[in-house]
Amino acid sequence: MNGTDLWTLAVIAGLAAVTVLTRSFFFMSSKPWHLPGWAQRGLQYAPIAALSAVVVPEIVMSQGQLISTVLDARLFAAAAGAITYFRSKNVLLTIVLGMAVYLPLHLGLGW
Amino acid sequence: MFFLPHLYRHPGFLEGMRDVSPQSPGIAAWGLMTGVAMVKSGMSVFEAVAMTLTVFAGSSQLAAIPLIVAGAPAWVILATGFCVNLRFVVFSLHLRPYLMHLPLWQRLGHGYLTADISYVLFTRKYHQPGHTAAEKREQEAYLAGNDFLNWLSWIVASLVGIGLANMIPTSWGLGFAGILCLLGIQCSLASSRMRILSSAVAGVAAVVAYALPLKLNIVFAIAVAVILCLTVERLRPAPAGGHA
Repeated sequence: MNGTDLWTLAVIAGLAAVTVLTRSFFFMSSKPWHLPGWAQRGLQYAPIAALSAVVVPEIVMSQGQLISTVLDARLFAAAAGAITYFRSKNVLLTIVLGMAVYLPLHLGLGW
Repeated sequence: MFFLPHLYRHPGFLEGMRDVSPQSPGIAAWGLMTGVAMVKSGMSVFEAVAMTLTVFAGSSQLAAIPLIVAGAPAWVILATGFCVNLRFVVFSLHLRPYLMHLPLWQRLGHGYLTADISYVLFTRKYHQPGHTAAEKREQEAYLAGNDFLNWLSWIVASLVGIGLANMIPTSWGLGFAGILCLLGIQCSLASSRMRILSSAVAGVAAVVAYALPLKLNIVFAIAVAVILCLTVERLRPAPAGGHA
């Protein structure tokens, strides 16, 4: 059983505030206003960068080190997932087929 | 907002629910998986339920989980969540003229409840904000109905996933489904060469800077990727086929 702590609950409350802040960002002020140009262009690139920064280390690192073998279930599952996405444009199918590659390699072969 | 009688009694509300219903199983499956991933990554059941009921944003939840488990500082987690959610900032700019006639708390309520699919369906159906009060009311009811079924599918499935997670051993590695989900969203955002560059740079930077304390490699990677892309844009002002 995992423990609950106040710090995590505070972070969760903060993330809820981030949801309201981002989804309602331009609803807050009734005055017409504009983002500076650099920020507007930066909006194009930040979301994919944030996802990549979270996802890539979760696939290619283990215990804080770059993995030294290609025999890792995560690499194959991620490749299968990416190929699935670009063929089907379906996130759900990406998860399903990625896990269909991951589980046998991870549980069966111990990769 | 689905709890306001003048919205749920309006016929547009049912229409909004009907339009989102084909998407409902997919939303539910994603919610189910997020519920499992939260618990299997090391959050307590109480934390996972609190997160489901308050945060209501799958990608930022999934991105926050590994950071929470690693004990990253709160500001790094919130900054990451904010960046992952930046697409909603763009949505809110688009939806602004449809909702500005409402009082602030109702605008914030609609904003909070309008996630990706509802935004797409709403703006596909209504190309222009309503002109008359009746049109505006109809659009608002449609949005509320659409949001309601989306919210319900997500919340119920997430709670079921949290319940199921306790029956599945952690060693199976089902938490990896959360990473695959983020990967799918990441691929869906890779719509231009510059965005692919941003993704590649951020991925490499996050690995190279992994040894930084406090998970600062995430913030570092986002900053490097965005600054590099803005610099490349400036050096090459007409990208992706725009041979001026």
